Amino acid sequence: MALLEITNLSKFFGGVKAVDDFNYTLDSGHLHAIIGPNGAGKTTIFNLITGIYPPTQGKIFFDGQEITNLPPHVIAQKGIARTFQNIRLFPDFSVLDNVRTACHQQANYSVLEGLFPTPRRARQEKELTERAYNLLELVGLANRAKERAKNLPYGHQRRLEIARALALQPRLLLLDEPAAGMNPDETEKLMDFIEEIKEKFNLTILLIEHHMEVVMGLCDDIVVIDFGKKIAQGTPEQIQSDETVIQAYLGAGEEL
Amino acid sequence: MSGYFAGIVILTCVNLLAVLGLSLLTGFTGSFCFGQAGFMAVGAYVSTLLTMRLDAPFPLALVAGCFASLLVSIPLGYPTLRLKGDYFAIATLGFAEATRLVVENLEKITGGSRGIPSIPTQTSLPVILIVALFCVWLIRNYVSSRHGRNCIAVREDQLAAEAIAVNTFRYKQISFAINAALAGLSGGFLAHYVGFIQPSMFGIPKSTELIAMVIFGGMHSVTGAVLASIVLTALPEVLRVASAWRLVVYGALVVTIMVVRPEGLLGSWELSWSSLRELRSAWQRRFQTQS
Repeated sequence: MALLEITNLSKFFGGVKAVDDFNYTLDSGHLHAIIGPNGAGKTTIFNLITGIYPPTQGKIFFDGQEITNLPPHVIAQKGIARTFQNIRLFPDFSVLDNVRTACHQQANYSVLEGLFPTPRRARQEKELTERAYNLLELVGLANRAKERAKNLPYGHQRRLEIARALALQPRLLLLDEPAAGMNPDETEKLMDFIEEIKEKFNLTILLIEHHMEVVMGLCDDIVVIDFGKKIAQGTPEQIQSDETVIQAYLGAGEEL
Repeated sequence: MSGYFAGIVILTCVNLLAVLGLSLLTGFTGSFCFGQAGFMAVGAYVSTLLTMRLDAPFPLALVAGCFASLLVSIPLGYPTLRLKGDYFAIATLGFAEATRLVVENLEKITGGSRGIPSIPTQTSLPVILIVALFCVWLIRNYVSSRHGRNCIAVREDQLAAEAIAVNTFRYKQISFAINAALAGLSGGFLAHYVGFIQPSMFGIPKSTELIAMVIFGGMHSVTGAVLASIVLTALPEVLRVASAWRLVVYGALVVTIMVVRPEGLLGSWELSWSSLRELRSAWQRRFQTQS
């Protein structure tokens, strides 16, 4: 079943066609990947899905509903969570608060109750804290809950960002280069972790990645883009043997 | 208590109310507001006109001034809060100057630049002290609630805040409204303490003084806002012996703090039972390692 449907999506920045007539469908419960050379428009596609940019053309449907041109926080409420290529945590917030803030949809006490505490507020706050701790435990950061996010080592910041995205209880998780800057060992652990959360939370995942072992090992379906255009799509095996993909990555040339 | 000392405490509370609002808006939500004096002017003039022209009771006039200021913040915030960073600061600066000029030119109602003299001085120390402490309590509650955390998320990284479903514009609007309400309240108290208001009291220097207090005390701390209000209101009085040099010392102190401790006196430290306990155990550890 299609969870996310992207039709004829284009984004032009002046004369630059960052994304050009892109069509793609994400199947529920599958792990999808977007790959392509640097500057191919991968992150732009993420920014279009999450509403950070309005598209120049095209439509995006999430679970049958159109989400094109909705503001980013509404799209997040509908169940699309993401991480960023260059980690965007709340640096001065504690590790706990980074996750707790993302849990807020599970609380509904009013602004007035923000000013005048009520038992309901206390109860909901307690639930939020518990939920946040559970997620921190899942990513192995519960023992650092009180530290400031900016003081965590890089690998932990990546995990924290994923925990924060999971706190939204998303149905679709977009991961922008989750293994960037990781060594092979860490990358392998991350792959296991992604598998684990996918099963546990019943997620559909779309990731951008340059580590081919991650992409080829994990994904059900891969789409390759270059200069904003889709040049290939298929299973890892199909992609590995695709001529146009090899050309995009290595360039066309004489036989060696 | 001598009248002089009581006066300093009242002025501290007046500043504190305005600084509290700014602390929420600028310190916690991250929108730099350079027009706090404009909101104080709205509160001061509305409450004064009510007590003097319509013989309204003082508490009612205060609340009306507070609400008037809040109402002004809504149409002002709607277009300007979408602006990023410095542009919002400049927009609020423009608002405050515009307010001052409007007051100056509505001579028939506001007395123009000559101001309004002999306002009944109804601000009393116990009342303003209780109101100020109550507002500190409210803001402390707010910043530790989910709404307060959303505000901080907006300050820390607006894009990331949106990505976790925080309606950043709405939270900026709420902070702006609370800020305006507190500034309006502060203005009402000020007018009915001094007994005289004129537009020049609500110029750029006043706005600057208030924002300096927020930064001085620590942008991310309500306790810091309270401390800065006390220190920076009382300081010019303490330095009165140095007569002409006192404002130089005042300026030098603010600059020194900014250079030595850019996050402000308290940074993001808050006074609470748990933070005091942590402080105590940290001292004990230090003592143990030394002995």
